[in-house]
This record gives sequence, C-alpha cells and structure tokens, in this order.
Amino acid sequence: MTNRIKELFQKKEKNILSVFCTAGFPELNSIVPILVELQNNGVDMVEIGMPFSDPTADGPVIQYSNTIAINNGMMLKTLFEQLKSIRSQINIPLVLMGYFNPVYQYGIDNFLKDAQACGIDGIIIPDLPMYEYETMYQSTFEAHQLQNIFLVTPQTSEARIRKIDALTDAFIYVVSSNAITGGTSNIQENQERYFQYIKSLNLKNPTLIGFGIKDKSTFETACKYANGAIIGTAFINAIDKSSNLTKDISQFIRNIKTV
Amino acid sequence: MAQSTNFKSKYQVNEQGYYGQFGGAYIPEMLHPNIEELQQKYLEIIYDEAFQHEFHALLKDYVGRPTPLYFAKRLSEKFNTQIYLKREDLCHTGAHKVNNTIGQILLAKRLGKTRIIAETGAGQHGVATATVCALMNLPCVVYMGEVDIQRQAPNVKRMQMLGAEVRPATSGSKTLKDATNEAMRDWIANPTDTHYIIGSVVGPHPFPDMVARFQSVISEEMKQQLKEKTGNENPNYVVACVGGGSNAAGAFYHFLDNEAVQLVAVEAAGHGVHSGMSAATTQLGRIGVLHSSKTLFMQTEDGQVIEPHSISAGLDYPGIGPIHANLFDTQRATFLSATDTEALQAVQLLARTEGIIPALESAHAIAVLDRIGAKPTDVVVVNLSGRGDKDLDTYIRELQ
Ligand SMILES: Cc1ncc(COP(=O)(O)O)c(C=O)c1O
Repeated sequence: MTNRIKELFQKKEKNILSVFCTAGFPELNSIVPILVELQNNGVDMVEIGMPFSDPTADGPVIQYSNTIAINNGMMLKTLFEQLKSIRSQINIPLVLMGYFNPVYQYGIDNFLKDAQACGIDGIIIPDLPMYEYETMYQSTFEAHQLQNIFLVTPQTSEARIRKIDALTDAFIYVVSSNAITGGTSNIQENQERYFQYIKSLNLKNPTLIGFGIKDKSTFETACKYANGAIIGTAFINAIDKSSNLTKDISQFIRNIKTV
Repeated sequence: MAQSTNFKSKYQVNEQGYYGQFGGAYIPEMLHPNIEELQQKYLEIIYDEAFQHEFHALLKDYVGRPTPLYFAKRLSEKFNTQIYLKREDLCHTGAHKVNNTIGQILLAKRLGKTRIIAETGAGQHGVATATVCALMNLPCVVYMGEVDIQRQAPNVKRMQMLGAEVRPATSGSKTLKDATNEAMRDWIANPTDTHYIIGSVVGPHPFPDMVARFQSVISEEMKQQLKEKTGNENPNYVVACVGGGSNAAGAFYHFLDNEAVQLVAVEAAGHGVHSGMSAATTQLGRIGVLHSSKTLFMQTEDGQVIEPHSISAGLDYPGIGPIHANLFDTQRATFLSATDTEALQAVQLLARTEGIIPALESAHAIAVLDRIGAKPTDVVVVNLSGRGDKDLDTYIRELQ
C-alpha cells in the first residue's frame, strides 16, 4: 500500500495546505463533517487533534478546544469509532496529532492498529522524544505502516535535524519559532532566515511550517520556503461557536488559498 | 553533599534517567536543547569544587543550616515512641524549598542564564525562588494557580516584595499542575535566556535527580545529628509528606539503600481517599506521562489528568515524582495518607504540645504518627518541611 502522504508530495510540491482541528470540537461529532468540508474546499491534508487535559505546547485557543472536546466526551475509542469508515468519503492524507499519555493509556499497539484500520497515514506525538521512539516504539510503527512525524524547531541542531530526516518518510514539521501554538504576530525576519536555513539543508523529506500560520499572508510567506504550511489556532477560532460549518469553513479556506 | 555518581542503587536514577520503569524526559522538541544541556552538565557543575563551596556557604550563612534535629518530648509521650523533628521550618523563607532554589540558581548562573521562571503551589517554592533571584539579581517570573493565589495570599505579597512577577495560571484546576504547564509554556517560548527552577522532584530528567541531590542535605544532616543524639545514625522510621516529593526525597535520600530504615511517605487524602476530592496519588493513580515524566498520577481511563484536591496547596498535585513512584512500586517506602481534617488536627496538636505551628503540608506527616506502628524505643524522624505562617488565614478560618 502506498502512503497517501508520500503520494501527496509527489504530485504537489508547493502551497500544500494542512489544517489542524481538535476532534470533538466544537461538538462531539464534528470531526467527520469538518473533514468533508475541508476536503471539498481543497485542503491537502488534515491533522486530527486528539484532546488532552494538559497540552503543554499549546496556547489558550487550542487548550480551550481540548477542554471543550473532553467535556463533550471525546475519547480515543470514540474517535476511532467516528473514523471507522472515513475512507469511504475522504481520500486526502490524515494524521493523528496529540500528546503521549492518552495514546500510552490506550496502548501503543492498539492505538496504531486502530489508526491503521481507519486509514490514518501518520502520527505526530510532540512529547514522544526520538530516544524513546527509537528504543521502544519504532518497530511497532513500522509494523502498522504508520509514519511518525517529528517536529524541528529553531533550537534543533543540524545533526539532530539530519537524524530526524533519516528516521521519517513523510514530512518534517517545522515549528516556526520558539513558541507555543497560537502566536499572533506576523512572520519576522529572523524566522524567514531560519526557514531559509532549513530549505538550504536539502532534506530528503518535504517540509511543512506550522505554529503562528494564521492567514493568507503568513501562509504565503511560509510557502516561499517550505512545501506548505499548517494552520491550527486560526481554524479553531473560525469554527468556534459556528452555526454553519459549511459556510464558515469554506470562507476561511477561501481567504487563505490563492488558487 | 557527598558525590554519588554511582548509579548502582536500585532506588537511584539510572543513566537513561529512569527509576525502575519511571522517569525519562518526555519533552516536546522545543525543550530538547535545554534538557540535553542540563543532562550533560548537571553533575559536572554541581560537583565542581567551587560550586560546592558556594552552595554550602549559602546554606550555612544564608539559609541557616544545619537545621536543628529536635527531640519532641511531649509528642513522643503522646505517641509512646521517640520522635525527632527535622526543623526545615526554620530555614530562611520557612520551608525546605530554598535548599533546591539555592542550588538551581547557582547552576543557572553557570549555564549563563539571565532570567528565571518557576511554578508554585503553596507559594513556598515561589518565595524561595524569588528570594534567590533577589540575592543573585536576576529577573523572576512565578506562575501560580488562581485558586492558590487566593488561599496563599501572604506568599503572593512576599514574592512581589522580593521583586518577582506573579502570573496567574487560569486553566484547568487553577492549581499547581496548571502553574507547571504555564511555566513549561514560558520555557518553550524563552529557551535560550531562561532557566526553569522546578520546585519538586518532578519534570523531565535530570530535574528529579537534581532536586533530590540538592535536598539530600536534609538526610545528610539527620545522620550526623542522630549519631550525636542517639549514638546511631540510622533511625527506625523517616516520615515525610509528599506533594511532588522533594522534602521526602531529601529526607529519605541517604537511607534509601539501608532497608532497615522504614520510609513513610504521606499523601494528601483531601476529603477522603475515595471522596473524589483527594490527592492520594499512589492509591488512585496509574502509570502515565505527566509533566514530561513517566510516573504515577491520577487520570481517567482515557488518560486525562484528574484534578486533585487537598486543603494544602503544596500537596494539591495529581502525581508524584518518579523516584517515589519507584519507591512505591518496589515497596521500599510505605505510603499513607491523611485527610484535610486530620491535617488540621495535627496542626493543633503540634502547636499545643510543642509550641510549633507547622505548614499544612508538614502537618500531614504528623497526622499519621499513630499509624506507623512504631514501638516505644523506636526512633522516628519526622521531616517538618515548613512553618505555618502562610496558612494562618486557613487556620483562623478552620480552627477558631
Ligand atoms: C512546607 C511544604 N512542604 C511540602 C511541600 C510539598 O512539596 P514536596 O513534596 O516537593 O516536598 C510544600 C510545597 O509547596 C511545602 O511548601
């Protein structure tokens, strides 16, 4: 089976738009209709957030979406139930993103098995470090043909970036600055220098820039240096308290995508 | 503090940062360089001769160490055993927390850091951090849950007087765990200039081990003082309360490998262990990853952290440090718990029998003295981790 993430980057090299959305937000059953709308509006990939009570790398907006989702009763087993036949409607790549503890409680093996059964293509666990991944979990990921996607930040050394590049076969998540999610400023000159530096490394994996990408201008700047970008907080804000997801999602995406 | 880079003890951290199956460094990539730098340098820095000299000089002249080991005669009569109180409440700033902040501020300076952040529950660690920042002329931001800001108001004022900025944590239960999350977020955003002085034996490796080493001065002194007073450096029991577990780690440290010394850790049972309003981690918790460490904590089936409750802000934390998770797992330590009411009774008891008003946290350790099974000739050392000044509002309200 070929991986949808690889296929995507093979046929499209530029301006890839990936959207992050917390599962169970704004309503318990929102994720499937949201995926449909995102696909209909030409989004290239979706990161489905698995809620956690203590998201230490996230700002207030994503913290809030996590709290709402948990209060709505979202659990991993509920999410897998909701995604069971998602591949009959959705063909863009899907990635699960969330903190390690809920995954650990579910059981890594069970989690990867159920994710694979739903047709998930990749996993992002920001607080599962490379050492623990390599020594304890890599073989299980491989057995389930799931790509583990790593973050690099302005603090990550070149040697470590190269190691991450060798360990994964999907894309590299380039964190745009030393910050948690939900930054509100525009992209600064030093960030562009950092993006340029990542580009100059000529990594084997494609790159997507995330954290602080929030509108057309920041998306386009990111796309100058990477294969595309990831929008999270701004999307959560756009659908918060939405009474018409179809309209609000389509308007949000139209405001970002040029073509 | 004797150097012990000997990782052989099964109760000490191993080279990978684990205590048995607990510990590690489950950090987001953003914190990797900071944690890696600490892992590589902490032992070398803290066992450097000049560091040790400066650390011990400050502990002696600034903190007021050694703290007394006091034979509590009337309390001993009451419980029909030989009770000694290790008087950490007499440390400058009123609790054991300052042993760690002195060590970490010296470390931060050697790492070239120019800004300090901390989390605090009872405010004791915040005060101890603000104090050493004033001493070393470094800017200090302390995160504190909104609920704790209310119930430990005098400590908020103390931190501000010392020049620290106190930032409220408004998410979750608005207590210690949420303050810890906020401090981690700050560190992610300020990785190069800032050092995060964690206040207990929690967080990613090497914090639990580093904090335990700085606090180990407590048991080092206990041994010398017991030898002088009883002729035997080993007691039968050491009793300490456990929030994250730093005072207990310090009090247990030099006795860990002597299995004849019974270690008793006391958790906060809140309204009662099974009341749904408790912080008795070992009874209610399961292994998982919280605050970058694999340890025991209270969580739902789905792995969401359960908000704890204790009348004592310093014990109002859903987990325990990995060193204690391992002591529980291996049954090296006995874990007991005391309710809010029992802790308040213990405050009253110690005040009336010995003329000492303890912190609410420390009162939990006093509260179990009738249940540890000590014989009349047994020597029991209770680590009196802090004094009660910060809790006076609560005492006035609850004890009239
Ligand atoms: C006096 C006192 N004792 C104990 C604690 C609990 O912390 P630990 O378990 O790390 O000693 C605190 C925390 O604020 C405290 O102030």
